[in-house]
Amino acid sequence: MTVPPRFTGFHTRAVHAGASPDPQTGSRAMPIHQTTSYVFEDAESAAAYFNLQEYGNTYSRIMNPTVAAFEERVANLEGGVGAVAFASGLAAQNAALFTLLEPGDHVLASAALYGGSVTQFKHVLRKMSVELEFVDPDDHNAWRDGIKSNTKLCFAETIGNPSGCIFDIESVAEIAHAADIPLMIDNTFATPYLCQPLKYGADIVVHSATKFMGGHGTSIGGVVVESGEFDWSNGRFPVIAEPSPAYHGLKFHETFGTFGYLMKLRSETLRDLGACMSPFNAFMLAQGIETLPLRMRQHVSNALTIARHLQGCEAVTAVHYAGLEDSRYADLVAKYLPEGPGAVFCFDLAGGRQAGIRFIENLSLFSHLANVGDAKSLVIHPATTTHRQLNDTELAASGIGPGTIRVSIGIEDAQDLIADIDYALTQLTQSTS
Amino acid sequence: MSVDITDLSAWQQPETIMAALQHPQIAVVGMSSNELRASNFVGYYMHRNGYQVTPVNPREDEIYGLKSFAALQDVPTPIDVVDVFRDSSAVPEIAEAAVEIGAKYLWLQFGVISAEGIAIAEAGGVQCIVDKCIKIEHARYQGRMHWLGFNTERISAQRRKD
Ligand SMILES: Cc1ncc(COP(=O)(O)O)c(C=O)c1O
Repeated sequence: MTVPPRFTGFHTRAVHAGASPDPQTGSRAMPIHQTTSYVFEDAESAAAYFNLQEYGNTYSRIMNPTVAAFEERVANLEGGVGAVAFASGLAAQNAALFTLLEPGDHVLASAALYGGSVTQFKHVLRKMSVELEFVDPDDHNAWRDGIKSNTKLCFAETIGNPSGCIFDIESVAEIAHAADIPLMIDNTFATPYLCQPLKYGADIVVHSATKFMGGHGTSIGGVVVESGEFDWSNGRFPVIAEPSPAYHGLKFHETFGTFGYLMKLRSETLRDLGACMSPFNAFMLAQGIETLPLRMRQHVSNALTIARHLQGCEAVTAVHYAGLEDSRYADLVAKYLPEGPGAVFCFDLAGGRQAGIRFIENLSLFSHLANVGDAKSLVIHPATTTHRQLNDTELAASGIGPGTIRVSIGIEDAQDLIADIDYALTQLTQSTS
Repeated sequence: MSVDITDLSAWQQPETIMAALQHPQIAVVGMSSNELRASNFVGYYMHRNGYQVTPVNPREDEIYGLKSFAALQDVPTPIDVVDVFRDSSAVPEIAEAAVEIGAKYLWLQFGVISAEGIAIAEAGGVQCIVDKCIKIEHARYQGRMHWLGFNTERISAQRRKD
């Protein structure tokens, strides 16, 4: 007897995971279940759904079939046991933290995070009475020494935004696990096509699906994926292992085993914080993922071509792309991101603030805006936008110079992007000479 | 008599799991009447999903109207799957009973792992599934697990019934 084949390729899963044809209608495309609520079959089913004794749809703040299809697709590509989607990347991060933290706990986070995450961590955790400490992501000893008796989580980005540093996931996962705590990774810049952090021992992955996952720049969204491997009953996480006062005494880890964290994340945190993803955005983002591998290959190939080109430009003093041969992160890139370290990076212009402004004004193919991970190429001058409040000394402390430009390389033809850059650089030298 | 349990994947094969779920008669050993216990959740779920569930627990008389028996050997009807919610140390004895009553599968729930129990069952012709939850696996392959964003690992362009 031969067994039917199992389909395991990444491209296949990007197109199919989470979305078999609709059983009721046969619709081949993913239906958009634009509904707030669901009619129960009978009173007993309704009770079983609310008691979590059976999986059933109740209300779209907590679950929705289109959102579920998106969630399963991401969970599948990341190699996790499941996922819960949220209204944005920051909503996902907030919920992931909220589910496992209690007042008095301590969080250890990489100092090289997306600025919005730094702000979120600082303010939200302070209001939750959770201590927070930032550490140099490259310094293993800092992670090891930073863990205290009340530390509940280590957090970092696979590829740091905007510094482009590459995180040594496996080593820090080992350090965290030796102290019985989980490692959470923001995998937004890598996407599961370039790197799957759970494979290297990370326990939870969060995404801003707003970026490369969607790829079209039409929809804000976020998602949390869990490996199902972390032992939440190890004594350090009574918040997940012990009877929950927010769900009539349910013990999430004992009752749902590997799904305990995600069940709590959905049936308590999402229920209570309420930042759910809309069915329409789930549809858009799931559509985007169908072409994720194809797009990511073009993104990284263009990024490397353009980084190399910039290295040869006179007006450019430094190119901070980890994919360049002389990068200090070359070994980590080879291990974690063999197809390339994403498509977002910074470079420095010799002429400082004025050069930064002029360069951006003379680009006509790159879009000047505050986002990354679109199919279109994007550019921003941090010193006059996202980091405008800082003086030059403060800028330097955050690794950004007055002439630093951040680009998110799209999937256009590399020669057109280079032509655009070259023209803007010419305008620069003409004005300063 | 023992087996190597450092890698459990041999007892977690999707084909074995799917085949076990085709059998309607399940004994839930260690099923509790306490609604907050996993055994209660699982027994109730399988019962609601059309399986003939028989609780086996000397401390219970009846759960959800299902008569409970003190031991597997006391159950008067045939049993296909013996689903175990007991301490791992109790498994060898349960495995012997599973062989004795002619069960087809011994299903050990999350955290219930016994090399000796597996060896006894397999020597007696009973297939084992280890460190897996029967409710989750049912939901994965036949149920609504995909409704909550869990990874069913199902990749198919066939239209299914549910
Ligand atoms: C690395 C990273 N994480 C998280 C976020 C936040 O995502 P969202 O804007 O979807 O809330 C961003 C957004 O820029 C990001 O770049």
